[in-house]
Amino acid sequence: MANSFNFELVSPERLLVSEEVTEVVIPATEGEMTVMALHAPTMTNIKPGVVSVKTVKGQVERYVVFGGFADILPTGCTLLAESAVAVADIDRANLTQRIRNAKEDVADASSDQARQKAQEYHDQLVVLEAAV
Amino acid sequence: MPSLKDLKNRIASVKATQKITKAMQMVAAAKLRRAQEAAEAARPYSQRMAAVMSNIAQAVGDGDDAPRLMVGTGRNDVHLLVVCTAERGLCGGFNSQIARFARESVRRLLAEGKTVKIMCVGKKGYDILRREYSALIIERVDFREVKQMGFVNAELVADKVMALFNEGAFDVCTLFYSEFKSVISQVPTAQQLIPATLDAAATAESASAVYDYEPEASVILEDLMPRSIKVQIFRALLENVAGEMGAKMSAMDSATRNAGEMISKLSMSYNRQRQAQITKELIEIISGAEALK
Repeated sequence: MANSFNFELVSPERLLVSEEVTEVVIPATEGEMTVMALHAPTMTNIKPGVVSVKTVKGQVERYVVFGGFADILPTGCTLLAESAVAVADIDRANLTQRIRNAKEDVADASSDQARQKAQEYHDQLVVLEAAV
Repeated sequence: MPSLKDLKNRIASVKATQKITKAMQMVAAAKLRRAQEAAEAARPYSQRMAAVMSNIAQAVGDGDDAPRLMVGTGRNDVHLLVVCTAERGLCGGFNSQIARFARESVRRLLAEGKTVKIMCVGKKGYDILRREYSALIIERVDFREVKQMGFVNAELVADKVMALFNEGAFDVCTLFYSEFKSVISQVPTAQQLIPATLDAAATAESASAVYDYEPEASVILEDLMPRSIKVQIFRALLENVAGEMGAKMSAMDSATRNAGEMISKLSMSYNRQRQAQITKELIEIISGAEALK
């Protein structure tokens, strides 16, 4: 089938998704990116955000990922997430905690570069919280 | 010669011990299954990570923009050994095996004139290595409170290692853990973390695709390196948990068997003594009756 491909969402603890899908939207660091079958081979970093997966049956499943990495090939796409949960299972307290940690990181950053990085991460988390 | 009452008490206490070791064995078996599942679930991630890593490392090459975590500092003077062991004892030779393996490396490195620093993950390894190399241990991490080994635990260790590296505290980092082969066999293993060693087989397989990198390959690699270290440590910790449970299970199994043997020996001598006493009493009664005739 030319219009579907195999998508895998893996977190260090387990394999969350491995199935045939038609379309996946991933939050790449350079902006959101929709991956469809026969995409050119690409590697990209991922920022915290929502991944939405459209299966062959037309269902849309959404997952929250906290940073990671995607490896895209014409025949499949693998998303290595630092941590991932289905949107339905997300724990708001956990998210708030992460934002608080990020804020602390911004406060104790030693160099300007580190501070900028921490700030970026914090902002991404806030956007994510608003989205879910 | 112990009296009948002493023997009875001994038997009761050995029986109680046997019950405990049996229960511990069953708990270890249940935990082993969970640990094995966790190790299996984590496998896809580390495999993919290794493939992606070798792929990207090829794209970046050994140029100047390769991150320091990958190429190292270019020196080979100070070695950091991260020794991962279990939190608890009563698991046969599991902890001492890893510690012995680490100790051999320390000795070898010291003989070569290198400086050695040790980071202990897990309480038991610290207890063993402290005796000989307490001056070399610079850091220790305990997972006493941790019920299920999670990625966050590995992150904690990895962050410490990377912070030390960024301070320039060491040049080469090696991870010591026990590879889980089967329930009865765990092999102590050393794996070099920094500078990274790449899996040649994975490279050959994925070299065919020409990738677009977004952002640039070197930027991705910079981001990927710490992750890869975390994953390797995570895998080592999971293997260790599975190995510990396997070792504990077989240790407790043989303890239960030994207790069983001891019980049968003790009850044998208990019965013999009881018999002797009955015979003695009978003789006394009969000879008393004879004397009265």
